[in-house]
Amino acid sequence: MKDLGAIAVFVLLVGLIPFCTDSGVTLNFVMTALYACLLSQAWNVLGGFGGQFSFGHALFFGTGAYAQAIVQMQWGLNPWLALPLAMVFSAVVGALVGGASFRYGLKGSYFALVTLACAEVFRIVAVTVPFTGAGVGLMLPLRESAASMQFGSRAGFVWLMLGLVALALLVTSWLKHSRFGAYLQAVRDNEDAARAIGVNPFRVKLAATVVSAALMGAGGAFYVQVFQYIDPGIAFGPHTSVEALVGAIVGGLGTLWGPVLGAVCLHILADLTRNLFGALPGINMVIYGSVLILIVMLLPSGVAGLGRYNPLRRKSTKVPPE
Amino acid sequence: MHSTRRHFMGQSAAAASALAFPLVGGAQPATIKIGVLHPVTGALAYSGQQCRLGALMALEDINKAGGIKSLGGAKLEALLGDAQSNPQAGTAEIEKMNEAGVSAVVGAFASAICLATTQAAAKYNLPHVVDVGVADQIVERGLKNTFRFGPGYKKCAEVAVANLHVLNTAAGKPARTVMIVHEESLFGTGTANLLSRELPGYGYDVKEVIKHANPTRDFNNIALRIKQVNPDILIPANYYNEYALLVRTLQQQKVTPKAIFSVLGGAASSYKFVKEFPDAANGIIDCNHWFNPKDKRSAELRKRVEAQGQFFSYEVFMSYTAMKLLADAIDRAKSTDRAAIIEALGKSTFSDHIMPYGPTQFVNGQNMGAQPLMTQVSKGDIKVIIPRDYREAEPVFPMKA
Amino acid sequence: MLDFDILFPSVLNGITTGAVYALIALGLTLIYGVLHIINFAHGAALMVALYGVFFLKEKLGIDPYWALPIMVPAMFVLGYALQRVVINRASHGKDENILLVTLGISIVLENLALILFHSDTRTIETAYTLQTVAIGPAMIALPKLVAFAGALVTSGLLLLVVQKTDLGRAIRAVSKEKQGARLMGIDVDHVYAMCYGLGLVCLGAAACFLLPAYYVNPQVGSGFVLVAFTIVVLGGMGSFSGALLGGLLIGVVESVGGLLLGESLGQIGIFVIFIAVLLLRPQGIFGARA
Repeated sequence: MKDLGAIAVFVLLVGLIPFCTDSGVTLNFVMTALYACLLSQAWNVLGGFGGQFSFGHALFFGTGAYAQAIVQMQWGLNPWLALPLAMVFSAVVGALVGGASFRYGLKGSYFALVTLACAEVFRIVAVTVPFTGAGVGLMLPLRESAASMQFGSRAGFVWLMLGLVALALLVTSWLKHSRFGAYLQAVRDNEDAARAIGVNPFRVKLAATVVSAALMGAGGAFYVQVFQYIDPGIAFGPHTSVEALVGAIVGGLGTLWGPVLGAVCLHILADLTRNLFGALPGINMVIYGSVLILIVMLLPSGVAGLGRYNPLRRKSTKVPPE
Repeated sequence: MHSTRRHFMGQSAAAASALAFPLVGGAQPATIKIGVLHPVTGALAYSGQQCRLGALMALEDINKAGGIKSLGGAKLEALLGDAQSNPQAGTAEIEKMNEAGVSAVVGAFASAICLATTQAAAKYNLPHVVDVGVADQIVERGLKNTFRFGPGYKKCAEVAVANLHVLNTAAGKPARTVMIVHEESLFGTGTANLLSRELPGYGYDVKEVIKHANPTRDFNNIALRIKQVNPDILIPANYYNEYALLVRTLQQQKVTPKAIFSVLGGAASSYKFVKEFPDAANGIIDCNHWFNPKDKRSAELRKRVEAQGQFFSYEVFMSYTAMKLLADAIDRAKSTDRAAIIEALGKSTFSDHIMPYGPTQFVNGQNMGAQPLMTQVSKGDIKVIIPRDYREAEPVFPMKA
Repeated sequence: MLDFDILFPSVLNGITTGAVYALIALGLTLIYGVLHIINFAHGAALMVALYGVFFLKEKLGIDPYWALPIMVPAMFVLGYALQRVVINRASHGKDENILLVTLGISIVLENLALILFHSDTRTIETAYTLQTVAIGPAMIALPKLVAFAGALVTSGLLLLVVQKTDLGRAIRAVSKEKQGARLMGIDVDHVYAMCYGLGLVCLGAAACFLLPAYYVNPQVGSGFVLVAFTIVVLGGMGSFSGALLGGLLIGVVESVGGLLLGESLGQIGIFVIFIAVLLLRPQGIFGARA
């Protein structure tokens, strides 16, 4: 299939980067760009393909991060075993939150807000209970080696994250071409019609939430391995939730490469602006915010929708908000 | 702030022109690049900007006094970085600074960011002087490149408890019950845990520990609780905004414990707070980072900072002295080689500074001489009360009988 | 622990704090109820309003309560312009785009404030900042009582506008049936912009009542956003009385929750209610529109 080929090429090209350069700056950039891709891809599964916008995806991120830390530090497991476990924990949380939300028929903004609230509840709980370290957070002890998933050079992390991004790409590709994916998109486009043709919207949306959560949890686990510190604010705060959805929307909802493109573009933008006018802090973020607005203004279907963008049609598409 | 920027530009121009003149000995660079990394945007913007101010002023002073003498008067050049109040951005900046060829880094104020940046710098054996970051884990991980000039919160808590006991005993032991109000994240929780452990050993009854969020929008409830519990001593450990709001609320609700004794209190030894709320601040005792009041240069530095329209807050002088420590090490290393600087830092006995630390001595990256001072607000100014060597005023304890 | 002497002041504190929350939520619920957009820029707009009130006091000596007649039209103009010029143009009618645009606006506003006004926290001093009024065993801060009265008056006025004026009729028409309203000759874009403007007007009022008891810095808005969302959902999206009563209720829950569970864990009460309402009665306590 065309998509699988493209994914393979992507993996190959990015995988070769650590062989072509020793530059810490480049490798760190690639690593964090891939990390942003994973977050956006995870969000896209539920948001883009499922049409359920979550404002609290940090919920799954934080669960994965804490799980990775706790499983290693308190259960003594190897981090390579902890990673899939972290994804499982996130998936379970996804099932619970998704299950409750969809069982009660939450849609649209209501669903978005309930995920936001759940993330905040988890944050407050994490600040309170001792096994998360409460407000102090958890620090992963420094143990540099491939076996303990703390690579000396960023290259190791680049490949690890590339693997996860490839997984997410494969999952997204499967969503594009499989029957399940078709059901999911049908539910997204018109839930009642989908039900009428025999699709079970609840089960479909729940499954999408579980998958989305698992991928997001992988991102959280990865974060802990790289930065070795997690606290309730980093884990469940709005920063990560926003990062996930921004990349997906800017890139193009419900597409295979959209989240990747969006995350990478925004990452480049953030990096370029960070040290512009370094002596006057804040200008960089003003530029970032303005460019974000401009991107939305000029590319309403996202970066991936560039191919579909027809400047001649702009005048007539001035449709007011639904 | 603006004049610092202009001044810094001026220094850069001077440094650039120095490039035109080869130095005797040939192989030395004309400017030495130092990474100055702080969270100047985001939630920690104020502290980050104050830190940057201190670091740049120190750089300016060092260059004005002739630069690094052992390297032919080579000037220091700052490479500014924005940690954006999160560890990810901090790490990315370290990578950039490393590749730009900095010889060392000074930063990054917040403990969570320092944890990440010191580790990232360690990969390149890049010396990293921690200017504030009070979490003890920063210097307990065995990273050879990390040096913290100031005290961690364990030391601050120990000093605070010991001195509380001294004050209380000297006053005839009027105080026995204690209530702790702390912010919910790393430094507040860590400090509160330590205090709760140490205080009973000295015979104090910790009646209640209240944890609050950042930000807390209203302290009336907590004020009510304090009124109800009626502790002899209230111990707050939080950031500036919450500390200020708490104390103002106490004033408004007419809740007056015998003493407000802060440990790393966000506003307790802050000139800004004292200036804006002199009544609420009066009598508050703090155990916090402070400069040596007997060193005339402290007052001079304070005047210069205030002339720029900024407050002489702890971030400024902590960062200032961290930069000075680094410059001294580079001078003794006689080289800009990172390993040489790390070695020089490790052996540092730097004593020509305005902090009350005496001669420097690093053990595992922590300066053993580092200590907080006890200050008290009186008559609209902040005076050191303990230890005696630095005392500027007699302590008033308790504030209320 | 729960004796009357402590519970009563706590509840009163909650009500007065909740009044300010209600004002903030009023704007949000109007914007959501009519434009159906979740206004990510709400916190940043509150911050802008607070700075406005601050500088009016600091530079011109205008007391925050006297600043109301200045802040209200100023915020209205800002809101109208933002919606008409930026949000409407940029979003092309897609929900997800509106989300990003309001997010972008909040980033720009917050960092413009950082550049222009710097990062330090600012407070104002007035003659009445420290005054309290004794109500039974409680000593309630005077600014908070004024805020409570202000919130009631503002929501009353807003209700009047929506029920009795032509603009109000247009707003109700547009929110119920947009195409039909357009067919009747209502300029929908204009009504949307008026709505957004009115939403920010509530923030202007909230800022006047909030600043005497609080402070302002570039990040101050973000602390109120989640609470505001909770109230909007609790009260019913688009319901003013819902926002008002919801705000008061949340204020009390936060206060009593803090008393019972501790200030940090007590915050959980707000969100548990939020989730419960969303699951069990998503139209909110007073929502007629589901």
